[in-house]
Amino acid sequence: MKKDVQLDLISYDRLSEMTSMEKVRLILDRVQDGSIVILERGLTPEEEATLIEYTMTEIADDFPGIEIESYPSEGRKSWLGKLLGKGIVHQPRLTIIGPANELKTVSKERDFISAVISMEDK
Amino acid sequence: MGIFKKLRLNVSSLIKKIFRKGTTRIGIYGPPNAGKTTLANRILRDWTDEEETFGDTSHIPHETRRAMRKNGVVINSNGGMVELDIVDTPGLATKIDFHDFMKHGLKEEEAKQRAKEATEGVIEAIKWLDDLDGVLLVMDSTEDPFTQVNVVVIGNMEARNLPLLVVANKTDLVSSAPQRIATAFPQHPMVAISALEGENLDELYEAIAERFG
Repeated sequence: MKKDVQLDLISYDRLSEMTSMEKVRLILDRVQDGSIVILERGLTPEEEATLIEYTMTEIADDFPGIEIESYPSEGRKSWLGKLLGKGIVHQPRLTIIGPANELKTVSKERDFISAVISMEDK
Repeated sequence: MGIFKKLRLNVSSLIKKIFRKGTTRIGIYGPPNAGKTTLANRILRDWTDEEETFGDTSHIPHETRRAMRKNGVVINSNGGMVELDIVDTPGLATKIDFHDFMKHGLKEEEAKQRAKEATEGVIEAIKWLDDLDGVLLVMDSTEDPFTQVNVVVIGNMEARNLPLLVVANKTDLVSSAPQRIATAFPQHPMVAISALEGENLDELYEAIAERFG
């Protein structure tokens, strides 16, 4: 029996207007509803850590967590950052996030990600 | 070594000496079953007289579900010395399915309890990132290194401008391929070891003293 998969593609413009918490909430709500979320540009490392943290609080028998994949982000250090000993500023890249029981990564390399989406009839 | 590099190292070493804290607090991070606690126990055995270990190890993922700290571990290696507070953290994961624990023979109730504790452990590990001076990121060298968990830990340490040492563990296994890890994260130093068999630990201790000292 056929079952539809909803893909939500969220633009960088839309995401850049949101606070970190709003981004995390938006992603988690959609993923818990069964959508596969694709971000034109992903989250910062700090936001990804927050996403994992909030995912953990919502794990239940029917929600085992998320699968998240993106290319390694490109880090840049400004001359001012170097002078002040600041860390690398990461430029997030395309990211795919889905429920762990539906989205599975087949293989991942620095520049190539292969994943499958499989849904069971409930 | 160029004159500017020498100058930078001298200034950096002087600053470290002036503002030196008693110890450097490092966290041992990585995905579940990478061998973090095996390594943490090995470090304790090699450098302290303590009988007590960080905890038990197991082939079932998420054996460590609470972060454990041991203070004042002094490592002397090749002229370098560092005093560490070591935090062994629970394995980081984006998903925890109790069914996976049942495949390892746990009963449903035990599996659900383990899953609940494991989720708390992941949160604890993430919270610890704010209170560290550096990270030993342990990866299973038989596995694909490009997991999002590894990327998140590396990204967070880079954003905080804190030192990181990648440990490619399980070199005693036939399918071990530490070079894959070195290629995946070329911007960070890597040491290939077997924490279980004690292989190449001298090189690891030297790198720890140099990186975190």
